[in-house]
Amino acid sequence: MRKIVARYRFTWITLGGLFILEIVNPHLGERAVVTIGYSLREMLLVIPPTFLLIGLIDVWVPKETIIRLMGKGSGLRGIILALLLGSLAAGPLYAAFPVVAVLVKKGTSFRNVVVLLGAWSTTKIPMFLFEITSLGSRFAYIRLVLSILGIILISMVLERVIDNREKEDILQSLASF
Amino acid sequence: MDLFTLVLYGLALGFLLFSWIRDRSRTKETLRRAWKAFENILPQLFGVVVLVGIMLVVLSPATIGRFLGRESGLRGVMFAAVVGAITLIPGFVAFPLAAMLLRHGAGYMQMGAFISTLMMVGVITAPIEVKYFGRRMTFFAMAWRSSTLSWSL
Repeated sequence: MRKIVARYRFTWITLGGLFILEIVNPHLGERAVVTIGYSLREMLLVIPPTFLLIGLIDVWVPKETIIRLMGKGSGLRGIILALLLGSLAAGPLYAAFPVVAVLVKKGTSFRNVVVLLGAWSTTKIPMFLFEITSLGSRFAYIRLVLSILGIILISMVLERVIDNREKEDILQSLASF
Repeated sequence: MDLFTLVLYGLALGFLLFSWIRDRSRTKETLRRAWKAFENILPQLFGVVVLVGIMLVVLSPATIGRFLGRESGLRGVMFAAVVGAITLIPGFVAFPLAAMLLRHGAGYMQMGAFISTLMMVGVITAPIEVKYFGRRMTFFAMAWRSSTLSWSL
């Protein structure tokens, strides 16, 4: 019981914030509750396939396959695969971390992890389609191209900035999750 | 539910069915691990959703728009980038909001910065990132994401 309280500390703090909002401004508080309910429902609707795929990869895909496809020597193919995986998966960015965890456990390289997270946050396909309809295809395509270039650049810079020992630590903490 | 989500459901359930036919016990293991991965992020996930809900109503589109719409130049870009980084509004709100601001005279550069940092930086989701990557890495990652964004704009 105490464990659960401790694990959900962050949740309790935000709920405290919600409670304060409710007291200070009940009207806004009520709208916040409605919004939270809506996003929870939306999230629980979108998220299951992503986690099913995590389980499936975990149990069925052999480590050698992932190493070959997304490991250290995977080169351009690894980058493209990471971009595609990140753009195709569903769920908010925080759903990306468990996906990354299982991929790291199977031998995905540090750089491809960074690429996948970058793609997950900026080049999601449903979001891209939506961007086209609301901001026009010129805006959307230019941003897509710049985002992809940015993601690859970031992954290369991080690859250099973070030293090997720290990379190992990061990958380990990701995988042990 | 949109078409994209349905396709993902189809894919996942298709693979699961295939897995069930091939090997029941491994399929049970699959489900167990899927659940465990989900349960692992649940505490942060609830927290983020509540926080976003609060931010959404406190920082209404009108409030954000009042500040972004009037600004211009580099200061506007910086401001847009900062607002994008610390607010967490879903894309289906952000894009129409940006479109509306553009119609009302906001610059493309500001809106590009706003949307990009909004999608990429995520100060609010940083606690989750720290949990997986450590403080140093999160800091570097956020700093680089921010700087390359302004560079590419």
